[in-house]
This record gives sequence, C-alpha cells and structure tokens, in this order.
Amino acid sequence: MNFVTPTIDWAALTPIIIVLGAASVGILIEAFVKSPVTRRTVQLGLAVVSLAAALGVVIAQWATLEGAGTVAMAGMLTVDRQALAWMSILLVFGILAMLLFASRDGGGAFTELGASTPGSLEEKLARRAGLAVTEVYPLALFAVGGMMLFTCVTDLVFLFVALEVFSLPLYIMVALSRRRRYLSHEAALKYFLLGAFSSAIFIFGVALVYGATTVTNLDMIGRGVTMIADADPILLTGAVMVVVGLMFKIGAVPFHSWVPDAYQGAPTPLTAFMGAATKAAATAALVRVMFVAFAPLEWELSWLIWAVAIASMLLGTVVALVQTDIKRMLAYSAVAHAGFILVAFAGLEGEALTALPFYLLAYGLGTIGAFAVVSQVRERAEDGGVGAEAVRLGQWAGLGKRSPLLAGSMALFLLSFAGIPLTAGFIGKFEAFSAAVAGGAWVLVLIAVLASAVAAFFYVRLIVLMFFTDAPEGAEETIAIEDSALTRTVIYVTAAAILILGILPAGVLDLFADASVLLVNAG
Amino acid sequence: MFPFLTVLVALPAIGAALLWALPSSALTRVREIALGITVVEAVLFVIMALQFDKGDAGAFQFSETYAWIPQIGASWALGVNGIGLLMVALSVILVPLAILAAWREDKIPARRRHYLALILLSQAFMVGIFAARDVFLFYVLFEAMLIPMYFLIGSFGGAQRRYAAVKFLLYSLVGGLIMLVAVVALYFAGPGGEQAFLTEGLTGTLDLTTTQERLMFVAFFLAFAIKAPMVPVHTWLPTVAEEARAGTTALLVAVLDKIGTFGMITLCLALFPEAAQWAAPAIIVLAVISVIYGALLAIGQKDMLRLVAFTSVSHFGIMVLGIFAFQATSVEGAALYMFNHGLSTGALFLLVGFLISRTGTADVDAYGGLQRIVPVFAGTFLVVGLSALSLPGLSPFVSEIMVLVGAYPVASVAVIISAISVVLAALYILLTYKKVFTGGVPADKPATTRDLSLREKLVAWPLVGLMLLLGFVPGIAIDYLREPSADVVAHVTLEEADA
Repeated sequence: MNFVTPTIDWAALTPIIIVLGAASVGILIEAFVKSPVTRRTVQLGLAVVSLAAALGVVIAQWATLEGAGTVAMAGMLTVDRQALAWMSILLVFGILAMLLFASRDGGGAFTELGASTPGSLEEKLARRAGLAVTEVYPLALFAVGGMMLFTCVTDLVFLFVALEVFSLPLYIMVALSRRRRYLSHEAALKYFLLGAFSSAIFIFGVALVYGATTVTNLDMIGRGVTMIADADPILLTGAVMVVVGLMFKIGAVPFHSWVPDAYQGAPTPLTAFMGAATKAAATAALVRVMFVAFAPLEWELSWLIWAVAIASMLLGTVVALVQTDIKRMLAYSAVAHAGFILVAFAGLEGEALTALPFYLLAYGLGTIGAFAVVSQVRERAEDGGVGAEAVRLGQWAGLGKRSPLLAGSMALFLLSFAGIPLTAGFIGKFEAFSAAVAGGAWVLVLIAVLASAVAAFFYVRLIVLMFFTDAPEGAEETIAIEDSALTRTVIYVTAAAILILGILPAGVLDLFADASVLLVNAG
Repeated sequence: MFPFLTVLVALPAIGAALLWALPSSALTRVREIALGITVVEAVLFVIMALQFDKGDAGAFQFSETYAWIPQIGASWALGVNGIGLLMVALSVILVPLAILAAWREDKIPARRRHYLALILLSQAFMVGIFAARDVFLFYVLFEAMLIPMYFLIGSFGGAQRRYAAVKFLLYSLVGGLIMLVAVVALYFAGPGGEQAFLTEGLTGTLDLTTTQERLMFVAFFLAFAIKAPMVPVHTWLPTVAEEARAGTTALLVAVLDKIGTFGMITLCLALFPEAAQWAAPAIIVLAVISVIYGALLAIGQKDMLRLVAFTSVSHFGIMVLGIFAFQATSVEGAALYMFNHGLSTGALFLLVGFLISRTGTADVDAYGGLQRIVPVFAGTFLVVGLSALSLPGLSPFVSEIMVLVGAYPVASVAVIISAISVVLAALYILLTYKKVFTGGVPADKPATTRDLSLREKLVAWPLVGLMLLLGFVPGIAIDYLREPSADVVAHVTLEEADA
C-alpha cells in the first residue's frame, strides 16, 4: 500500500490559515508579553486584524472564484460559495465578539486567573496584581478557525477533527467567567461532558456509515447510499447518529440540555459568540451533510427533522415563557430557533441554501446584540462599584426610561427574534418557511408559525418590562447601566444591521442566492 | 409622474424620525411640527385626489412598481383604486384631527414627542397598507403596524393599558402569522418570478386545489376578521378601547380596523373567489351575530369607550354582511360604510375623549344634565350619536341602507335580523345621551365644565360637516366606489358561473 501525498491548494485555505496562524501567534504572545495591559491590547489587535484580514481574503476569493469552487486536500475540503458565505458570517461574528471580549466594564467579563479557587486569597491577589486571562483571544481565534473549517470540510472524519477544534476552546472559555464563578465552572463541566457525549455519538455514527459505505467522503457517501438497498439499518443508524451529533451543537431538543446552563454560566460576551457562531457553524455542517451525503435518505431522515424541529420549537417557547433569568430565557429562545432552523431542512429544497445563511446571519447578529445589552445592565456591588449582570427579569423594569437607546436596541433584537416585519428576523423566517413550503412541509410551517406567536409573548414581556413598567423604588442605587464604548459600538452596529437587513435585504439575499450551490467534489 | 403614494407613505415616516431626532430645545414646538407634517400630507393628498380619474375608478391609479426584494418576489408596488383612495383619505383626514385632539394630553414634552411620532409612524403604515398592490408589502406593513400601535396603547392610557397592549398584540400576531403561511403558499401557487406577489399577477392565476384555496382563504380571513373585530375574535377591542387613550382608539377603530374589511374586499375576494363563495354563508351568519351581539352588549355598557367599541363590532358586522352578499350595491355600501363609519366613530371616540379630559372618567353614571352646562358639546355629541344610529341625512344612513337593500335579494333573513340593530342602536345611543346630557346634574359633581373650545370644535365639526355633506350628496363618494365594487362582484360571481 502506498500513500500519495495529497496536493494541498494553499491559496484556497488562506483564510483558515490566517485565523489559526494568528491563534498560534497569540499563544506565543501569552508567553512573551508580560504586562497584562499591553498583552490585552496586542491580543485584541492581533485578533481583530487577523479576522478582518481573513474576511478580506474570503471576499477576494468570492470575487475571483471560478466555476463552482475549489476542491482542496484530495477532496477533503471544498471551498465553494456556500462555504465562503458561512465563513464570512462567522468572521463577522468573530470580530464583533472580540470587541465584546475586550470591553472593560466591571473589570471585564473574564476572570483574572482561571486556576484560582473562587473566593480564595489567590483570587484576591490575582485581582490586586491586575492579572488578566488574555488567552481568551487566541482561544476564540482557534474556535473561529475550527468553525470555518467546519463549514467547508467534506469528509466525515475531518469534520470530527474540526468539531473538536472549535469545541475545546469553547469548553475552556465557558469556565472563565469573572463573576458567579462556580456557576461558570458547573456550566463548563456540563457543556464539556455533554459535548464529549455528542462527539462520541457523532464518531460512532461516522464509523457505522463507513461500515455501510466504506467511504467517509460526503459525496462518495451520497453516491454509495443510492446504490445500497434502501433501509440498510447500519447506514440509517449511522446517518441518524451523525445528524444527532450535529443537532447537539445546534442545540435542538432533546439534545439541548447543555444550552441553558452553558448560556447562563458562561461569561456573557462568550455566550454572545457561542450562541451566534456555534449555531451557524453547526448549521453549515448540517447543510453539507444533509444535502451532499444523506440527500438520498431524505425520506428516511425526515421524521427525525420533523420530530426534532417540532419538539425544539414547542419546548423552547413553552419553557422560555416561565424563565425569570434573562440569559436562560434567551437560551430557551435559542432552542426554539434551533427548531425554526430545522424547519428549513424539511424537504431539502434548494431554497434552504439561501434561507439558512440569511437566517443564521440575522439570528446571530440579534444574539450578539442582545447579549451585549445584557452585559451592560449590571447590579451595583456593595462597595458602590459595578457588580455582576442584572439577569433577573424584574431588574430590567423601567430600563426604557433610564436608557432609551439601550432598551430600544434590545427591543429591536427581540422583535427580530420574534420575526416581526421590517427586521432581519422576519426575512429570515420568511425564507426558512418558504424553503419548507417548497418542500411540501406546510404543516410543519403552520406549527412553526404558532410557535412564533407563543414565542412573541415572552419577547414582548421583556419589552413591556423595559418600557411600560416603572422601575422599582431605589433601582437607581441597585442597578448600574454600563456605558462601554466597545460594547455600545457592537450594540448599535448589530441593531443597524438588523434594520437594514430587514428593510432592504435584496443585496444580501442576492449574495446568498449565489451561494446556494454546493460543490460536489469527488470527480 | 410624481410618485404621490410613495411620498404619502414616506412623509409621515420621515416626520416621525424627525420628531425623535429633535433636540430637546425644540420640543416645545413638537405639536406644531407634527400637525404641519400631517397638513402637508393632506394637501398632497388633495392634489393627488384631484388628478384621480373617476371614470376609471376600478383600476389602480398612481401606480408605482419598484423591485424591492426580487429574490422572494416582493415589490414596492403602490396604487389605489376608488376604495383605496377613500381609505387613504380617511387616514389623511383623521390623523391631523387626532393630533389636534391630543394637543393638551401630555404635560411632559418628551412624552408628547413620543406620542406624536408614533401617530405619524402609524399613519405612514396605514397609507402604505391601503395603497399596497403587492401582497408581501401588504403583509409586512400589516404586521409592522402592530409595533407603533402596541406602544401607543401600552405607553399612553389607563391603568390596565399594558394588559390591553399585549392582548391587542397577541390577537393581531396570531392572525398575522397564520396569514403568513398563506402568503408563503401564495408564492408557490402564483406565477412566481421577481414580481410574484403583485396583486394583479395573482388575481385569477392561482393554481390551487379547492382545499388549498379554502385553507388559504381561511388564513387570510382570520387575520382580517381579527382586525375588523368580528365575533368571536373581537374581545381585544373593548379592552383596548377602555384602556388606550381616546385619540388612539379613534385612529384604531376609525382607520386601522378598516384594514380588515379592506383586506377582505381587495385580497380575500380577489384572490380566492371560489372559496369566498363557499365560505359566504358561514361568514354572513357570523356577521349577523356580530351585528346583534355587538349592539346588545353596547346597551349594557357603563363605560362610554367600551360602548362605542361594541357599536363598532355591530357596524363592522354590517360591512362584512355587505361584502359577502356579493351584490354590487351591497359591496358599494360596505365600502362607503367603511369611510362613513370612520368619520362617525372617529368623532364619537374623540368627543368621549374630550369628556374624559374634563372629568377623568368615561363612566356614564358619573354624568348628568350636561346639556344645560355645555350646550354646544351636547349638540355636537347628539349629531354624532345620531349618525352612529344611522339617522337619515347623516352619511352612515346611506351606506347602511345600501348594504341592507343590496344584500336583501340574496340574504333576506340576515338582512331582516340585522335591521333590528337599527332599533338597538337607537337604544344605546339615546339612552347614553339621556343619562349624560339630560336630567339633573349629579349632586356630587361640580356644575361648571367648559364647553367645547375652539380647538375641539376644529376637531369635531369638520367631521360633522363631512357626514352631513355625504349624507345629502352621497354621490360624490359613491362615484369612486361603483366601479371597483362592480369589478369585485363580477370577479366573484363570474368564477361561480365557470364552476
């Protein structure tokens, strides 16, 4: 047996190499730059510049792409327009998230010393010494790089590698909250255990699919599946397990149990990033797996899509109704949105390839914006300084009077989640539902629509609190509104983007329509 | 040609943005600015209406079509036929009057700015909805409209206003979202392409099975029935009327709810004629129930705002009856009633609002003998009240008679039952008038209340004048309605002949 070294098309991989390379450089910076303040500045600069550079390269690749795209690494990677669209979405999320990470309000969102015991002397000393965990920037870069890889990998084993590349940094970062550290640790542990569990399911599914088809390349699986007698139990079980592994990352019911805890416990800027980017990357991978490898199994897998979509929408909305913690409420809303995303997969229509990038872009911008707002509303600590985030719903009462722009932006994000017209969320939902109706799944769309109506109730409840309820006595003393320039920038940029994408979406839809071709690579 | 309709939509929207962007030093002039914008809007509308070709009132005029989101077949397509023109007229007339009526409502300038900006924003949406020639555009505005209304109800009004706002929003949203499914389905049933949602492209070309057509009809109809409050989905209206500010409710009932009946004529009948035929008997039954039930409940109301709300449920029932009788005269009457009801109910709500601004209550029992103290107010109220009970000489009479007479040949039983509501209307209006304005003044009430001020006369009397004018010379309005109504009826009944 002799191995042929695959020729690698380095040019096609440039954006990913830039991001992962910058992440590696960032690790070295950790070792060599002593002062925490300088380190933070350098890391932030490196992260933003590398992400922006990668975005520039992606745009250049988009402009110069010939034909359907490029196959790289012996068919393991495909850089087509669909992948470029997802990569640019992830890079935009990455840049916005880096700005949130860098915000210094209340001493920043991340702990001074991850290894210290909460409440210990060590922690106090670290705080006094002004230490800072600036590893979050390279870690986040690794995550973004892994996610970018996730969107263009066309081989199940390589897909698993990419999955781990972006998951591991997230597990670490979830544990790095500055405040409510035990909660953060618990969240990280849960996220890690369930994530490991889902990885195991995924890789077992890959093994079964390999057993049934003797290949791991998505396109070859797709061709192999058509040749195998239908309802091969090994192939079907494998396919279901692979899809379930991805559904874990999307956060769909019944694979959602990590979502509320991880969202609640993680440092809020990270929740913003994770909520937006993980979902987008996992959806991108699910698109490729479903459309390329398992398209012939559409009928056999449709019950799974339907059941999980309906369960996610119903459970997400109903449980969100009774939440009193704003981060948990948004987490359950994320679960419901996982259901809406899966609705677009019904029937595997080509429309979904335009609808899903748009939906995830709209949803991700809203998520980043909403969690950025959450990070601005703080409890006042006993010493008069700024404390932890005020996440109890009641603490948001009267925010509209105190800070109309902040509350107005939050209302806009919530309306976009609810899918009210003239926001990006509406166009996203419309596109997703169109894809499903094109696939004949109008019953599913009807359920989705009813779930949207219920969901609107809890989004509106927060708007009522912010605008129509008077703040309780003494709220001025107990609640502090932060005004961090970086975070505010992110909030206003995302709010403007939500409005523009809602009112004049034609340009972006055009781009994503161009992206609605998946390159099938095994020639 | 000058893009009249786009400007009519854009002007109030820009005005709203302008008000919000106003520096605090200019806040004292915020009312004048808002009123000025609506007056300019009205002038522009008059210039446009004068160019409207009455001889061709059935066709869309001042049409504008621009690509908006070609990927999903949505266009920015505006245009009005005679019915649309009258509806736009209604909003153009009532919004400045509502602003004038709210002149002294808010003491804090910032709140006043907020209120007026929201009113302007809703005007932009209202004009857009009545002028939309694209189903997607219609839907988007129909839903987006909820946002300013939600804040108008929830931020300004009585103690339970938040509850009322949420109730309003949820009712409308459920209807709207179910309609969304049908809107999505329309794309696939229609011609498709970059202008897939143009109404004229969809009319008569839909490729649907009978079941599909009926389901889509029901989805659209449900959304419209919630807007034009029909029993049993009317319950949000009394709550909102009671809690929201009277000026808000005036706009809501007089103009906004007409979107429901307007949508029934321009979308339900035009797009799904066979399903409309199929559903007509059931809808007529519901309409008659609304007519009687609304009137009966109105008699029992102590709160004048709730009372007017229930009378509207009754009157909307008559409009729906006229529409689904599919007779040229009855549809014409229903369309005319939409306009007249706007004048009459708008005036009634605003007058009750004036009364509340004097004493702080809408409770009938709190008043008595006002006739002697405020004779002008009492007289105006009486005329407006009489218009609501369809007294001959006032415009609602003409439209009500047209509906009843027009619908009689096909729905005689329904018409006879509905005619009872005229008697009931006399009861609820005259009893209220008697309690509030005649008799003795309650002992615990001060006998000094201001009569109508000049500003209030400026609000109420133009509406009264219009009602008198259209009561004696209804032809000037009917000219605009004859052709579009005849077209709709021909469209629906022709389809039946084919089947």
